[in-house]
Amino acid sequence: MKDMDLADIIGEAVEHVLTYTGGHTRRVYVTPIETPYPHGKLIVSRTDTQGIITQCNPSFVEMSGYGEAELIGQPHCLLRHPDMPAAAFRDLWETVQAGRQWHGYVKNLRKDGGHYWVYATVVPNVRDGRIVGFTSVRREPSREKVALAEAQYQEMRGS
Amino acid sequence: MTINFTVSPSFPNERISDWYIFNTWLQRALSLPIHLELYNSFGAQRAAIADGKVDLIYANPFDASLLVREKGFRAIARPEGPPDEMAVITHADGPAREIRNLQPGTRLACSDDPCVNTVGRILLEPANLDGSNIVEHRRETYIQVARELLRGEADVGFLPVEAFDGFSPLIRRDLRALVTSELHVIRHVFLVGPALAERSEELTALLLSMHESEKGRGILEALGARRWLPVQHEDVEFMIDIISTLNQ
Repeated sequence: MKDMDLADIIGEAVEHVLTYTGGHTRRVYVTPIETPYPHGKLIVSRTDTQGIITQCNPSFVEMSGYGEAELIGQPHCLLRHPDMPAAAFRDLWETVQAGRQWHGYVKNLRKDGGHYWVYATVVPNVRDGRIVGFTSVRREPSREKVALAEAQYQEMRGS
Repeated sequence: MTINFTVSPSFPNERISDWYIFNTWLQRALSLPIHLELYNSFGAQRAAIADGKVDLIYANPFDASLLVREKGFRAIARPEGPPDEMAVITHADGPAREIRNLQPGTRLACSDDPCVNTVGRILLEPANLDGSNIVEHRRETYIQVARELLRGEADVGFLPVEAFDGFSPLIRRDLRALVTSELHVIRHVFLVGPALAERSEELTALLLSMHESEKGRGILEALGARRWLPVQHEDVEFMIDIISTLNQ
């Protein structure tokens, strides 16, 4: 996964280096700008069993700030925001790989360095008894729930 | 053997006779006795499904999930046209301008349509409203939901967009959508049960070519559709995966 490009960033950004499972790293730039969730919409995407994006809907493209061609074939952690604790994603992967649904509040990183909050549910796609991929559906969270999640994630990060 | 056919109760009352005409057309085309049973509530239809009294169904997306995953049904066609979307409706003069203006204690009018209610509840989530802090008024029909709003007996109501758009201008004039879903992914589908599995290809071909005859086209138009389109099994599985996330 390539580092974020400073030329894409809108606003004043702080640089972070994220370390993913497997040890690879990515340089990201983060601004405090939040993009409001579009009322009434669902953000939908599918990945293969390795978390590589295979399909996404127009709301996903719009909210991520990337073009569809930039998203397909990329790992879903392209949207990982440094404020999200690694433990939350570990829990997500352990849950869905065990064949169960996961849901939680997620702060996603946009291509322009901004972010958007979602309530995400991830389900394994079981076909003929086998997990062939995962579907993730995000919807608009309440501000109260976002505030609670923000405080909890801050505590988990120990900052 | 008589085949039992039913239709999701989400269609407007004025189309009852059109579904009987569709059933007559289907019986003749398949040379098969088919009994059409139209249930007046989603609960009654669910009970019939549970009792194995349904072999063919034009189902809402939520019942389609149950039928495919648990009852061995196969989706074979869907009507051409926009997907199913829902709206949270309020009185035109109501105080709320957007969902976040709604407060705990909000009075909600809704039918027993599982699809509309599930999506409706998702649309209320940004206001931090759920079953614990709303007052729900269950009504039998969509028009009764609208009447509750018009009389000021409920603050908001859940309706399918198609039903809301189908109301008379007189009713719609005094109502307003606070938010409309843009899910783009869930649809009614025509399903064949295990009892007719051997004839599902024949039935699929029949539906997909229905618009090619004048008679078939006329029936479709009366039902508010132009033609049937094929559905791929994986498309339906994907829809079911998405629906399963909406119940969380």
